[in-house]
Amino acid sequence: MLQELPLTPPSASTFAPQVDALYWFLVILSTVVTVGIFCAALFLSIRYRRKPGVAPGNIEGSLKLELLWSFIPGVLAIGIFAWGAKVYFYAAKPPKDVMDFYVSGKQWMWKVQHPTGQKEINDLHIPVGRAIRFTMTSEDVLHSYWVPAFRLKKDTVPGRYTEMWFQATKPGKYHIQCAEYCGTKHSGMIGECYVLEPEEYQRWLSGNTGEAPEVAGQKLFENLRCVTCHMAGQGQRGPELTGVYGTKVQLEGGGEVVMNDEYIRESVLKPLAKVVKGFQPVMNTYEGQVGEEEIMQLVAYIKSLKAQGGVKQ
Amino acid sequence: MSAQAVAAPREKVAAPEHRETYLNHDYSWKSWLFTVDHKRIGILYLLTVAFFVAIGGLFAMMIRAELLTPKGDMLEAETYNKIFTMHGAVMIFFFLIPGVPGVLGNFVLPLMIGARDVAFPKINLLSWYIFVTGGLLTLFVAATGGVDTGWTFYAPYSSTYSNTRVAETAIMVFITGFSSILTGLNFLVTVHTMRAPGMTWFRLPLFVWSAYATSLINVLATPVLAITVLLLALERIFHIGIFDPRVGGDPILFEHMFWFYSHPAVYIMILPAMGVISELVAAFSRKRIFGYSFVAFSSLAIAVLGFLVWGHHMFVSGQSAYAGLVFSVLTVLIAVPTAVKIFNWTATLYQGSVEFATPFLYVLAFFGLFLIGGVTGLFLAAMGLDIHMHDNYFVVSHFHYVMVGGMVTAFFGGLHYWWPKMFGRMYNEAAGKLAALVIFVGFNLTFFPQFIVGYMGMPRRYHAYAPEFQTLNVLSSGGAVILGAGYLLAALNLIWSLKFGKVVTERNPWGATGLEWETQTPPIPHNFEVTPRVTQEAYAYHEMYSGKEAHGVH
Repeated sequence: MLQELPLTPPSASTFAPQVDALYWFLVILSTVVTVGIFCAALFLSIRYRRKPGVAPGNIEGSLKLELLWSFIPGVLAIGIFAWGAKVYFYAAKPPKDVMDFYVSGKQWMWKVQHPTGQKEINDLHIPVGRAIRFTMTSEDVLHSYWVPAFRLKKDTVPGRYTEMWFQATKPGKYHIQCAEYCGTKHSGMIGECYVLEPEEYQRWLSGNTGEAPEVAGQKLFENLRCVTCHMAGQGQRGPELTGVYGTKVQLEGGGEVVMNDEYIRESVLKPLAKVVKGFQPVMNTYEGQVGEEEIMQLVAYIKSLKAQGGVKQ
Repeated sequence: MSAQAVAAPREKVAAPEHRETYLNHDYSWKSWLFTVDHKRIGILYLLTVAFFVAIGGLFAMMIRAELLTPKGDMLEAETYNKIFTMHGAVMIFFFLIPGVPGVLGNFVLPLMIGARDVAFPKINLLSWYIFVTGGLLTLFVAATGGVDTGWTFYAPYSSTYSNTRVAETAIMVFITGFSSILTGLNFLVTVHTMRAPGMTWFRLPLFVWSAYATSLINVLATPVLAITVLLLALERIFHIGIFDPRVGGDPILFEHMFWFYSHPAVYIMILPAMGVISELVAAFSRKRIFGYSFVAFSSLAIAVLGFLVWGHHMFVSGQSAYAGLVFSVLTVLIAVPTAVKIFNWTATLYQGSVEFATPFLYVLAFFGLFLIGGVTGLFLAAMGLDIHMHDNYFVVSHFHYVMVGGMVTAFFGGLHYWWPKMFGRMYNEAAGKLAALVIFVGFNLTFFPQFIVGYMGMPRRYHAYAPEFQTLNVLSSGGAVILGAGYLLAALNLIWSLKFGKVVTERNPWGATGLEWETQTPPIPHNFEVTPRVTQEAYAYHEMYSGKEAHGVH
């Protein structure tokens, strides 16, 4: 049980050890202060517990003591402030040589664009040892991009850009979470950050996968958050996709269409062209985020849903 | 209401069944619903906040039940969001803010200063009606659709994107705010104009000082919240473009306006609790408060500084780093007046005559919990650390330690202390002590794991979470059951005492100083047979217990 209880997340950025150092300093300081004062109060209470015939003392106060116990917490507080500010400004000032990533938050997904043009949703692939700067915004409400392993987060704000920079130090897979409450599926606005060796990152950029199309398609379906809307139940905003491949679908504004490869592809790239009856035209386009290869994988996955149980998280 | 009660200073020889008290002089329901007696209004507040805290507690239990497993498998995501929103809103606006001032303040403040009532008794009753109206309408909104923005109502989610009843809730908060403003105004004027002869400012009990500081914040800050939520409602209904960038607004502006009230509101919740602790420490150690004037002025210092630190909620919001510096340094400086209070309370115990009665156990629990709540505030005030901490469970735990561990613990201590004065009955002492102990243990079990799971990376307001956080969440949920049992035991003990508790007729069962202990138990409708004359300072315990004549000390 205990080995499942680490006290800190993995430490995987140049920033993380600085935060941890301040954290452990404060843990020790506050333990000493809390235990010390609490034990002093407990000791005095017991030492001077009520005894018959013993009158309480008569003490007004002591200016010296007041000054002492104002001054010492004051100095400690200023020290904590200064240390905290120093750490904060490290995170606020990116170095000159950075790789620029662009991040946009949207209910309930993260969209990331790499300097070389590749895009991904929710997940993030980055090379180890390179300074990376995020320029961030939001398409709707406030979100906050948080990678606990980097000890970094920053709000994304609609209508303005915010910045965050970091340098990963350890290859691995780390959580990405939205930290600013953003509505119904706030806790589903998550992803994984893959810190890769530089050559692995290059390989990732050139995009080679070796999986069966429907398996890759299922992963895409989850990673692109198609599952968020195309899932039966509360919050469903798009049509269910189980068992519909090859059938006729009624359209909003009349007419019908056969659910086939062409229609799925069109719906991914131009979602508003033919909207299924009973749904709002709210889906955004995935043009630029998925290539032809990936659309084919998605089609393969939706095809495979005909036989199986359905879309489940 | 008769002149007789004032004119006839009765002796203790009067048989108990003939004694007129504020409770028995009229039993009709009208005499309660139209009462202008501050003591009865205090009891009305007690009943209403007990109702709201029970509802808020129920929401808390649902949250803890959902978080037993990493998957969001008990409640729908939207339901969960509505429940944590209502938990926060109900607890803050209908329990933490009005709790100590509305219940204990109303009951004891006029008694403490030797007044017959507050300055504006009818406005006092109006405050309660506004409060009840706001509360019941909020529950009505909750029951008929609910609201899912979190109690912070951040725009533009609240102004534009949420499909729940935000505008209605905002208007309820707007209405309820007037209750705080009017109570604050009433207390300020009461303390200025209604003090008994000889009750100088520096003879005031420290509870009055802290209630005064709280009232200042109430009067100055609550209007800003009122404006903010009103603008939010207007934005939502008419899209006027204050907070939503799509129509020219700025969501950061909302954060500034919201926290300009809501950070001082933290001190609205904790300052009266600190006042209660001052009274309890003095009464149960039978000593004057060490460094009285430092404790009194530290309340004012906290009230003033509390107005200037709201930006520490926004270190990662995109606010200027240099503005952040100012907010950070002012925030850590609040540690100084807070530490001054803690040290003075501790020093008061030295050479005291300490009785481990139920209220004093709550004092010790307050020390432990509030200390932890206070020092963890320093973690969050340190800007660099807050980048990681912001909006994770460390924050959740921190403010529960301060609000629940601090304010609620002090509230229970004060309630047990003044209970015999309020109702003329004494609760069961053993059950009272047991409840205090169970609350202390249950509280730490519930909230300490949240510090760790927060630093490990669990965000707040998450319906589903990563599996590695489960162990600590199970601990926390288990602790919540113990904590709930503790509160229930304390409440049942108090309720039980109303019918079966030992009858208290002596004026001063604790042997404490303070004018509230010099009048009848329970008090007569107009508080004092004759207006008291104050000739000594607030905590003249030495005079009381060393057999000296108690006059002219100050």
